Amino acid sequence: MSFLGYRLEPRAKPPGYVVFLYSFAAVLIALIITGFIFIAFGLNPFSAYATVIQKTLLSWRGFSQVLLKTVPLLLTGVGLVLAFRAQFWNIGAEGQILAGAAAAAGVALFMPLPPFLGIPAMFLAGFIAGGIWGFLPALLKVRLGVNEIITTLMMNYIMLYIVRWLINGPWKGKNVRGFSESDKFDASFVLPLFKGTRLNWPTLLIALLFVLFIFFLLARMKLGFEIRMMGESPEAAHYAGVNFLTTTILLVLLSAGAAGLAGVGEVAGIHKKLLEPTSISQGFGYTAIIVALLARGNPLATLATALLLGWVFASGDVMKVSLRLPDQMSGVINGLLLLCIIGIEPLLRYRIVRVNGAKLGEREASSGT
Amino acid sequence: MVLSATESPPATIPHRLSMKGITKRFPGVLANDNVSFDVRPGEVHALLGENGAGKTTLMNILYGIYQADSGSMSINGKPVQFRSPKDAMREGIGLVAQHFHLARRHSVAENIGLGLGGTHFFYPVRALETQIKTLGETYGLAVDPKAKVWQLSPGEQQRVEILKALIQGAKILILDEPTSVLTPQEAESLFAVLRRMRAEGEAVIFISHKLDEVMEIADRITVLRKGAVVTSMDKAEASPELLAQHMMGKAVAPLRPKTKPPVAKNVLELKNVSVKNKRGMNALKSVSFELHHGEILGVAGVAGNGQAELIEILTGLHQPNEGQIMLDGKDITSLNAKGLFEAGVAHIPEDRNHMGVVPSMTVSENLVLRQYRYPPFVQMGLLNWAKVNSFAQSSIKDYQIATPSRDTLTRLLSGGNVQKVILARELSGEPRLVVAAHPTYGLDVSATALTHDLLLKQRERGAGVLLVSEDLDELLKLADRILVLFAGELMGVVDAATTSRETIGLLMVGRRAAA
Repeated sequence: MSFLGYRLEPRAKPPGYVVFLYSFAAVLIALIITGFIFIAFGLNPFSAYATVIQKTLLSWRGFSQVLLKTVPLLLTGVGLVLAFRAQFWNIGAEGQILAGAAAAAGVALFMPLPPFLGIPAMFLAGFIAGGIWGFLPALLKVRLGVNEIITTLMMNYIMLYIVRWLINGPWKGKNVRGFSESDKFDASFVLPLFKGTRLNWPTLLIALLFVLFIFFLLARMKLGFEIRMMGESPEAAHYAGVNFLTTTILLVLLSAGAAGLAGVGEVAGIHKKLLEPTSISQGFGYTAIIVALLARGNPLATLATALLLGWVFASGDVMKVSLRLPDQMSGVINGLLLLCIIGIEPLLRYRIVRVNGAKLGEREASSGT
Repeated sequence: MVLSATESPPATIPHRLSMKGITKRFPGVLANDNVSFDVRPGEVHALLGENGAGKTTLMNILYGIYQADSGSMSINGKPVQFRSPKDAMREGIGLVAQHFHLARRHSVAENIGLGLGGTHFFYPVRALETQIKTLGETYGLAVDPKAKVWQLSPGEQQRVEILKALIQGAKILILDEPTSVLTPQEAESLFAVLRRMRAEGEAVIFISHKLDEVMEIADRITVLRKGAVVTSMDKAEASPELLAQHMMGKAVAPLRPKTKPPVAKNVLELKNVSVKNKRGMNALKSVSFELHHGEILGVAGVAGNGQAELIEILTGLHQPNEGQIMLDGKDITSLNAKGLFEAGVAHIPEDRNHMGVVPSMTVSENLVLRQYRYPPFVQMGLLNWAKVNSFAQSSIKDYQIATPSRDTLTRLLSGGNVQKVILARELSGEPRLVVAAHPTYGLDVSATALTHDLLLKQRERGAGVLLVSEDLDELLKLADRILVLFAGELMGVVDAATTSRETIGLLMVGRRAAA
């Protein structure tokens, strides 16, 4: 089977540099297509990109905006990498982020704590709340075989409406008049920022440590080995005596807990209050699925993929403000990126070989001897 | 006998079907070896053989699912070649498969009309319903054409399959293990149908491994073993004993040197163990036996008679519903897979590529798939890869595992080397009991020899070995005693040194030896 003198030949396992080069090419193609969208809006694509790059990458202030979006994607994304490695399809990160955010707000609003304990207590509460939100689907899956894709997805909506109820009902601020939001957090419950930016460093630090921890867990720890067995061959894991219940619950607690931590960072670092759920998380829980899938099961790779998608989010803001493009641009670029990266997938599994009659004949002759 | 002689037509009538010199090779297996087979009109011709004897392959070739590598077929004397089941159906061949291919939510008539040419565009099944009724009366195949398939019993569903084949114009009907899903009463009425079909001049191929049935219904019997025809005879010449002998083969197993007799001390004891399978049926019925230290106990039986469940309860993958299992005098009935591994039960699973290893993990990782949670491979929850790697290195050397490196993915290894990885892992901990399920299935000669050697070494070491196998030669060669299961019941335990293949063969088909 050949086409225009070329044909595809399967390959065993693509080397690392091939994966990197092809992924890079895919990103480039997506950005070139975006260039045509700029043209359609009457913009010069080169100057448009120049503006976007200058405002996102060439100044610390701009880059801090990229990191601001990267942090929740990184925490949530690396948690999803862990879940996906075990074939636990956690689509509920959005709800787990909100659960973490709500728990942090609960601590900030109602727990009288000494100032130095406020922030650790919020992160702890957020981790546990996120974990609990993942626990129920995990239990249902292992005990009753309920599909976790459906349960985790539905849990998102439950948490969304719980948060809406909280900000309109019991937790509605006394000083917010008509707005649906809580009171502002006390200063001791607000995360410290990098100077001159809106980026808080505690969540960034936690995210980086969490990535290292998940990498270490999968590479070196007994639990990581069990998670990999369970994901790669459930039958062999049963045979080896892996306890599916405890292993699944532990990994989901970590995965959903990471999303909870991201939620804490959003309310305690940026908004300083509990507010409308779609403002707390701009779909980070769903975008993190792309982060995790692009990382191809490698926790360290989320550093790059989260940064890429964080940049797309930040660029969307720049396009809106400086280029007066519609709000949906970052969604469009996200979609194009995903399409292009999925599109190159066959090239990772096959290589393109030029059909050369003489050479082919030689190979057949030599294999025959 | 006189009656059956008048019933069956004389040999001068031309063959309805004739298959000559059919050979079919699959990678590593010769499934059909120069098989010749024919059927005359008005005849029930039984095809008898153990699992894996090549019966189903032969019928799949006849039905156009596979193409033979060599050989020829003719129908009514006319040479034919089938590229698909459609070609076969056009020439009047109908297959009633062991597992029915019916749309459960649709009616009988709709199922029969499915794929039938020449039906009306509107209300295609209306005309069929009368046809189903008349044909049903002719052959005693009474089914309500309007009934939904899910409402029917397995026996009735089988009638639908037969009617479907007949309405499609089948002149040669293949029935693949037709009684396996039937109650004895249903089987009796199936035989009545087959007798009527014979009287109407239809040709029937009846595939089975049950001797009683074959003796009851067949006019002629062809026995297949290891892909080749052993014999073809008229029923008048056949007896169950003779057929069993042909099915099992007569080859004498070479005796192995028995250096040590088994120790008269139980390593394993089962007391009245019963197990229900996933469908809630009794897969093991009150089975009791004991296995001594330094003994290999073979388990023989046609596949699906309780062997899989026996392995599962002994390795902790399933718990028995009743009874007690003792390991060295300790009750292990309720232990899970992890607990039994710790108690010293090694398990060489049947499905080595899915259960025995994780194909996407490295050879090193697979060599500690069960030991990873114990020292020295783990310390304070952390895996010690240096220890794992040195263990892997020595296992690769000791068991002659052919792998480019210990970090090679296991899916890239050959079947024999995958089995060596499993053996190295399971036998490294000096187990008390080794449960080996079909350990040489699909392996080449050298890997088979190594596996046999390792099992014998475990026996010498004083471990008990439970060897489940469908290869009777293997059992006779290795086992001290052989236990035979039939329909979940323990038919008997025989001494491997003094028994005969015929005795085991009869036990395997549910007949206790008369002696």
